[in-house]
Parts: sequence; C-alpha cells; structure tokens
Amino acid sequence: MAQRTTEVIVGLFMIAGLAALLFLALQVSGLSPKSDGDRYALYANFNDTGGLAPRGKVSMAGVTIGSIRSIVLDPETFQARVELAIDAGIDNIPADSAAVIRTSGLLGDQYIDISVGGDLESLEPGDTFYSTQSAMNLERLISNFASGR
Amino acid sequence: MIDRIAAFGRSGLDVVSSIGRAGRFLAGALAGVPRPSVGFPLLLRQLYFVGVLSLAIVVVSGLFIGMVLGLQGYTILSDYGSEAAIGQMIALTLVRELGPVVTALLFAGRAGSALTAEIGLMKATEQLSSMEMMGVDPLRRVIAPRLWAGFIAMPILAMIFSVVGVWGGMLVGVDWLGVFEGAFWGNMQNSVDFIDDVLNGIIKSVVFGFVCAWIAVYQGYDCVPTSAGISSATTKTVVYSSLAVLGLDFVLTAVMFGDF
Amino acid sequence: MELSAYISLRDVVFSRAGRRIFDGVTLEIPKGRITAIMGPSGTGKTTLLRLIGGQLRPDSGGITVAGHDVPALKRKELYRLREKMGMLFQSGALFTDLSVYENVAFPLRVHTRLPEDMIRDIVLMKLEAVGLRGARRLMPSELSGGMTRRVALARSIALDPELIMYDEPFAGQDPIAMGVLVKLIRDLNSSMGLTSVLVSHDVPESLSICHYACILADGKVIGEGTPEELRRHPSERVQQFLNGKPDGPVPFHYPASDPAADFGVSGGRL
Repeated sequence: MAQRTTEVIVGLFMIAGLAALLFLALQVSGLSPKSDGDRYALYANFNDTGGLAPRGKVSMAGVTIGSIRSIVLDPETFQARVELAIDAGIDNIPADSAAVIRTSGLLGDQYIDISVGGDLESLEPGDTFYSTQSAMNLERLISNFASGR
Repeated sequence: MIDRIAAFGRSGLDVVSSIGRAGRFLAGALAGVPRPSVGFPLLLRQLYFVGVLSLAIVVVSGLFIGMVLGLQGYTILSDYGSEAAIGQMIALTLVRELGPVVTALLFAGRAGSALTAEIGLMKATEQLSSMEMMGVDPLRRVIAPRLWAGFIAMPILAMIFSVVGVWGGMLVGVDWLGVFEGAFWGNMQNSVDFIDDVLNGIIKSVVFGFVCAWIAVYQGYDCVPTSAGISSATTKTVVYSSLAVLGLDFVLTAVMFGDF
Repeated sequence: MELSAYISLRDVVFSRAGRRIFDGVTLEIPKGRITAIMGPSGTGKTTLLRLIGGQLRPDSGGITVAGHDVPALKRKELYRLREKMGMLFQSGALFTDLSVYENVAFPLRVHTRLPEDMIRDIVLMKLEAVGLRGARRLMPSELSGGMTRRVALARSIALDPELIMYDEPFAGQDPIAMGVLVKLIRDLNSSMGLTSVLVSHDVPESLSICHYACILADGKVIGEGTPEELRRHPSERVQQFLNGKPDGPVPFHYPASDPAADFGVSGGRL
C-alpha cells in the first residue's frame, strides 16, 4: 500500500470524523455560537418551580427569547430564585410583566413564559419580576377536581 | 478437596499477575513514543487498518440501528401521541449510549481480534524476538502505534455511527412514516445538549477505545505462541473487551447522567 | 592454542516452569571461530542463545559477551550491545509486511541515519553475499524456506556485527539449501572475522564446519573440544549422540511399567 494513498485515506477518515462532530454539534444538539455577552440577567422568585431545570426555555408570545441560567433556594424567603438569561435584543420588557411556568403539552418539559404587561417602563438588567406564577401541580389539580372544587 | 482450593487460589493469583503484567506492558508501550519521523508513518498505517477498515461495518450497523430505532420508536411513541419526539429519542439514544457502546463492541470484534491475531502471529513466528535481538523495542515499534491508533479511531467511529444512525432514523421517521421534518429536528435540537450529551458520549468512546485497544494488543503480546494460543487469545480479546465495555458503560453512565 | 574468549559462561543456572534447564554450565566461545553447540532436542540450546543475547536472565552464574556482563546491563546498554550481534532464527522471522529489501534495510534504518542511497548500496551488497540480490522486491510469503533463511542471514549481517548466532540453521533443509548455508556460514566467518555460534543437532554438517564444539545434555556440558577431540571422546553419552545410536545412556524405551502387567502375560520380559 503506497504511503501517499494511506496518508490521503486516513486524512479523509479524520475529516469525516470532524464533519460528524460538527453535524452532531450543530444539527443534532442545536449548538449555536451565541456568546453570553449579548444576554442580560433578570430574576424571578417562585413558590414552586416544579420540573424547571437550568437551560430551560424562556419565551414570550411563544418565541424563545432566552434560557434559564440557574435555580437556587433563597434561604430566607424559602422561595426558588431563578436567574434568566434574556437576549440583549429584547430590552423592552414592560416592568409589570409576569413570569409564568408553563408546561409544553400535557406531560412535556416545563418552561418560563413571560406574560407581557402594560407598563411604559422596561425591566433593567438585574431586575426581578414583580409577579410570578408557580408551576402547575398536577396532584393538586386532580385532587381539586376530584373533590369538586 | 484441598487441591481444588489450591488450584482456585492459584488461578486467582494468575489473574492478578496477568493484570499486573498488563499494567507494566501498558506503561512500557505508552512511555515508548518513537521519534516523530519514524512513529508518524507507523501510526498512519495503523489508523488505516484499525480505523478506515472498520468504517464499513460501523456505517452499515449505524444505518440499520438508526432505522430500527426510528421504526420501534414511532410504534411506541404513537401510543402516547408523541410521534414528534422521535427525533430526540433517536438522537439521545445514539449519542449517549448506542453510539459509543455498539461501536466499541464492533471495534472489539473486528479491529480488536485482528490486532490480537496479528501480534500473536508476530510473536509465534519470532518476529518480536528478532526485533528485540536487533536492538529495537517491539513495544515502541509494534505495540505503541496500534494502541494510539485505537485510541484515536474509536471516537471518530462512534461519532460517524451516531450521525449515520440519526440520518437512518430520519429516513424512516420523516421520509417513510411521515413525521414532520421541522418537529423531528426541532425537538432533537432542544433536548440534545452538546456538552452533556455529545461530549459525554465522546468521552465514553475515548475510554472504550483505550480499553479495547489495550486488551487487544496485550492479549496478542502475552499469548502462547502457537496457533491454538493465538486463537484462544483472539477469543479472549473479544470477550474481555465486550465485558469491559459494558461494565464501564454502566459506571460512566451513572457518573455522567445520574444526578442521584 | 589459546584463543581469547568472546563469550564466556560461568556456572550458569537457569530454570523455567520448575525445570532446571541449565545446572551449572560453564563454557567459553572463542573469538573469530565457528563454535557448534549441540545436544538432544529440548536441552535448551535456543535458551542458551537467548541468555547470551540478554533476552533471558540466568538464576545465577555469569555471562560475559565481549567483556560486558550481560545480565547486569541496563536496557539501553543491552540494546547497544545487541547492535553488535546478529541472530538467525530457526524460522527466519522475517517481517511479513515488509519486502525482502525493506527487511534487510530495517536494522540500518533503525540504528543509523545513513542516507537512502548508502542504505541501498549496503542492502544490495548483503543480498549479493547471500546470492539473493535479484529477489529484493519479493515479499516473505513468496520465498521458499531456504530463501527465507538466506534473507534473514543478510538482515543479521546488515550492521556488520561481531557475533552471529545461528539457531538450527540446517533443520528441514534439502541438500542443496544445506550446502548453500554451509558455504555461507563458512565464508562469512572467514571473510568478516565473525565469531559464529551454531546451535544444531545435525552432527555431520555442524562438525564439518566448526572449529570447536560443545555438547549439552541434562543441563550440563558433557563434552567439548575440536571435532577430532570429540570423535575420540571417552564418554558413552557423547558417542551415542555423535554416532546416532538409538539405544545407550539415553534409553530407547520411555520409562514404563513391567510389560507383563500391560500385556497380561505372566513371567519373563518380551
């Protein structure tokens, strides 16, 4: 087997591997080259975050505008403090908007949806959402339904 | 009765000393990196034999497994009305588990047994001995390139397997069973995380590649230098590699994906 | 005539798998001469070559090659000493994935940084010495047994060693191939001044070319000397070996029980 041919074929093999990696990165896992620099942080406190997890979707009017950066327990208020990373382009969220935890479908993943308010002032980076709605608890819903309330 | 216990103990000690020999063997092979001008062509040849020649079986298997996942997944998910989730099911299954594991098993069967047989044959025909007598360290010249080739080729093969599998699943799901293409890719991209899933899968395949290559090369080097010895060593390579891969898979999965 | 010893073994003891292969072997191999080491099959003649080459370490005793204490050498020094040794294995042990030319060039490429045209000259000269210059592009699988050994011989002299060891070079060869090998061994020894060690159980051929011979049996040296001295050796074992007598100190019958018990015949031997 000629040395040159082997080199070329192995080179193609490595390129195929690289191409596979790129495919997995972009097409399969939807990795997009979005740097953290063009996002700003907003906070929201919930009584119950349910199945919300970091990297969950944050959307407004059904359009994804950011993701969840972290969820920590506030040891004084015993509420969950969620940090949201919002795209820098969406910088005019009305100050009285609400952060609502919704479920996609009936049994799907949970995400945060921003219900637009009517205030003329916008939320600044680092602000906290004034009103929030916690995750829907299926068991409570069923027991409410069953007891006819 | 005492004899049996003694024999049992002796075989236990044999296993331990074998593992010790394997460890020293590995240290010698890793430490002996040859000069780049000499080592690179050797590595290249081994990458060809170990990697490129395994492509055929990896691609065909990946395609069929991806297609079966598509079919089976569709059947199961349609019971819950969640056919649209088939993309993420196929992708997660392949990238996290089947890609690294099945590729490693195929690798052990094809490339691993070939490595063991080749090195065993070199030992039986005294080629390794004559190399030593000529002042060339066979660990450096023969073993090390093959070890590194397995190490490098495995992740590449695993990624190609996953890609071909996803594509096969897409053929079945979208083109044949009519799942909406946008939903197929969209759901997949939302649920497959590059670092948590793809990168972890790659780490798994690197570990598997290391283990399979080490076992294959060691069994060849350590075998009894007769034809019976070589065939027994080849069998051992496939069996030990497969068990090691499956066992390590459990450990790695628990570490990587278990938040328990 | 006292010749300086190139290799000397003193009281070498070596066991493997519970068997004492060498039980206090002392012998000297003179420089620049052909020495034959003979003995019945399984006495460990190949093991002796491995001990000399440093592939195995003796349990006790000293092995000196060209003034170096072989078992005490570190890996690097041992490998450097091996550059002065050539070894011809019983099977030839050519590298099956390299051509004849590449096989002979192998030691040159590994141990020297000679330019390609010099390597070519040396390889072709060595192949010419064994009469196979025209076969340089063949692969080992295309060679006959005798040709394989000649190529292996060319490879082992590629670095112009001081010592060559031949492991059963005459085994299984047809008369012509045998004649070729005998001629090569003799010519190489006289033209290059090599110290040649020949391990064989082919008595007539070995005695015809060697200057000095040793007979090993039961882990000890049972006879040594020039071929004439050996032919007059008083020991019965030596005579049985040299003349190929089927029965003598090494018995014909493998130890077995009384034949009467096996054949159901009472009284007397068959």
